[in-house]
Amino acid sequence: MLEVAGVSKSFRGLRAVSGATLAVERGEIVALIGPNGAGKTTLFNLIAGTLAPDDGSIRFLGSEIGGWRADRVCAAGIGRTFQIVKPFADMSVLENAMVGGFRGTRDRRVARARAEYALQALDMWAQRDRLASALTLPDRKRLEVARALATEPRLLLLDEVMAGLRPTETDHMVAAFRRLNAEHGVTILLIEHVMRAVMALAQRVYVLHHGEIISAGTPQQVTSDPKVLESYLGTGALQ
Amino acid sequence: MTRSHLALAVLAVVLLALPLALDRYLLSVMILILYFAFVGQAWNVMMGFCGQLSLGHALFVGLGAYTAAALYQHFGIIPWVGMVAAVAVCVAAASFMGWLAFRFGIGGTYFALLTIAFAEFTRIGFDHFGWVGGSGGFFLKVIQQDRVDLVNLRGNPVLFYYFALALAALAFLLSAWLLRGRLGFYFRAIRDNEEGARAAGVDVFRYKMYAVQISAGMTALAGVFFAFYYNNLFPEQIFHISRSIEIILAPIIGGIGTLFGPVLGAAVLTVLSEGINQALSMAGHEIPGVKQILYGIALGAAIMFMPNGIWPVIARRLGFARRGDGDA
Amino acid sequence: MPLDAIANIILSGLLTGLVYGLMALGLSVIYGVVRIVNFAHGELMAVAMYAAVFAFALAGVDPLWMLVPMALAFFGVGYGLQRVLINPFIDRPEHSQFILLLAVALILVNALLVAFGPDARTVQVEYALDSYEIGPLLVDKVRVICAAVALVACALLFAIFRYTSFGKAIRACADNLLGAQVVGLNVKHLYALTFGLGVACVGVAGCLLSLLVDVTPSIGPAYTLLAFVIVIIGGLGSMIGALAGGVLIGVSESVAGLLFTPSAKSMLSFALLILVLAFRPQGLFKAR
Repeated sequence: MLEVAGVSKSFRGLRAVSGATLAVERGEIVALIGPNGAGKTTLFNLIAGTLAPDDGSIRFLGSEIGGWRADRVCAAGIGRTFQIVKPFADMSVLENAMVGGFRGTRDRRVARARAEYALQALDMWAQRDRLASALTLPDRKRLEVARALATEPRLLLLDEVMAGLRPTETDHMVAAFRRLNAEHGVTILLIEHVMRAVMALAQRVYVLHHGEIISAGTPQQVTSDPKVLESYLGTGALQ
Repeated sequence: MTRSHLALAVLAVVLLALPLALDRYLLSVMILILYFAFVGQAWNVMMGFCGQLSLGHALFVGLGAYTAAALYQHFGIIPWVGMVAAVAVCVAAASFMGWLAFRFGIGGTYFALLTIAFAEFTRIGFDHFGWVGGSGGFFLKVIQQDRVDLVNLRGNPVLFYYFALALAALAFLLSAWLLRGRLGFYFRAIRDNEEGARAAGVDVFRYKMYAVQISAGMTALAGVFFAFYYNNLFPEQIFHISRSIEIILAPIIGGIGTLFGPVLGAAVLTVLSEGINQALSMAGHEIPGVKQILYGIALGAAIMFMPNGIWPVIARRLGFARRGDGDA
Repeated sequence: MPLDAIANIILSGLLTGLVYGLMALGLSVIYGVVRIVNFAHGELMAVAMYAAVFAFALAGVDPLWMLVPMALAFFGVGYGLQRVLINPFIDRPEHSQFILLLAVALILVNALLVAFGPDARTVQVEYALDSYEIGPLLVDKVRVICAAVALVACALLFAIFRYTSFGKAIRACADNLLGAQVVGLNVKHLYALTFGLGVACVGVAGCLLSLLVDVTPSIGPAYTLLAFVIVIIGGLGSMIGALAGGVLIGVSESVAGLLFTPSAKSMLSFALLILVLAFRPQGLFKAR
């Protein structure tokens, strides 16, 4: 469904992403891991349209989307969250999700229904009338996911949504994503540092280091790959 | 009926019946309040809902006023048709400004500066625009005041009271309707977090344009009202930045981004302003500039201590809490 | 009109433009570092102009003697303004900052109106009507002096940012705020310093301009707008851009005065602004 081929991006001479190639098939859950500063969020930004690639191609459902604007990418079916969450502070949880829900429709009831579904899936429905600015950080992260989910994406890009969660909360999120993937066919590509979540969720893993993909395979293969161990020892692996 | 609906209904009845109880002077004060409530709400659509700061809104009042006035005075076109033309002119101007400022996604700074620059430019331009009187002013023919001519908008203050009331009601209903639908949601999303909005599928450029166009179009109607109520237009007056500041004072003090803020702010400010006028003339000193200083202090105080305005505080006290799904 | 008359007018505009450039430089510095849009810029300059007029009327002091005390005084004003009034607003949304400074501007303009009345004031020094002859060109002595002083002031500001330690610290804040804080720089103090420098520019420019134009309270807002037009045309954040933009605007005002009526001279500047925003919105020069 998603094919990233040879994508590169530089900032004033610094190569953030270099010749990255990865693929995500329909219905999969794929993880993108790597040490801090490896270029993972940059790669997400390139796929989601926040940035335009210098080189390479990004194909989604058969169309070349490299360089498309972020809202156009969203309309094409890719929903994303941000590592530093970007909630609509003066709107309620439900309203936040409804903004996502209005994607492709003017009908308020449709938007509301989609928002309700997304909030229920992320266990946020009870807080629907709270202002987004009043939420704790983990709740804001869940809201971010719900908003992306309300756009009815085919592919969900999750950027470090487990960061700062306690193990029980992490397990809840993992279960929620598993449900979304299994029952509703949502394909997921996630950036994660929390290895507990990666091992539990991902069917395949790519490892990014200094902007290059240095390893790919199942979680077990990748975590025993000496190249990966050499570049970074995920603290989660010790849990 | 909810509490807020009931309160609204009561307010509507009171406002409809008011001319029966008020003398000429108080009626004119009410007209001012309604005028500022209307134009403040129009500005609010751009700023409070969508976060785009306009500091040159007098531009649209002036353009609307001159368009309708010129069509009436030179071609005998009735103001109701003139309104359509006025809206068209203002939407075009707003579109041009928006296109210049928004297309590269540069910050709100450029847009705000453009609004000031455009208003100034237009002021100077109209000073030299002989066809509509230039700096000497443009005058509409006035017939006897006791004849009420609805078609040509000629008549006594009561007529204009109801006209202003209709406009204010229109602004209120339009804003309420906006807030419920996709436009309102997207506007507020852009205001709160542009990048987040983009990721959620909002075409930010397009919706910012909608916001400024709607706001400008609404303000055009205020201009038409102004022209036919006062019957004279001077570029130095109508395009001046002081007018723009007056326009934004009411919503800022009343509450940016709310439905009732501009109305409340207009009421508070007009009453205060009239009070100051009376006090100054009684003291015998008509010093130009004192009122503006007080406006400046009011603006500064409002933005420092009550950036969300008076209305949210009052609403909470009265129990009109916000519901969460946009049913404001 | 004879060619040398045209050249005179353009040269005169160029010289005035250098003073505009100094004014715009102050604005650019403030925006480039503190990221605040100083809506009261022109109004502060109007205050400086009135101060110069007042000093001249009262004690016959040539504004040129007022330069250093004015620069120091306005530095203090800028520093205080930032520290006391504006600093709490640093993290507030952009439009709140605008409105706060707009309120300050409003109060300043009308205070001047109340204090001095709407009539125009001038500073007529004894050498006001002297001129230099450079070949076929005839240029006002006052204008040349003002332009020279403006250039010196700009160079001084440039040197401050390049060579002094606090200048470098300020640039560090502008480039990387978090890094600057981590390294231990007192950001509040540095912001206030920058604001002070920016307002000092305006104090000097005001002194100079009082020799060149008529002073009324309403020129405050007019110069605020002009400063912004110059900075946008020159490029937000570029010091060279501010100077170049100032010269461009100075010349265009002269040209507009030639081609149209004098009261329409700002129309050409405005047309330039639209052109720049339409085709090169980042300005003519890149940020330093």
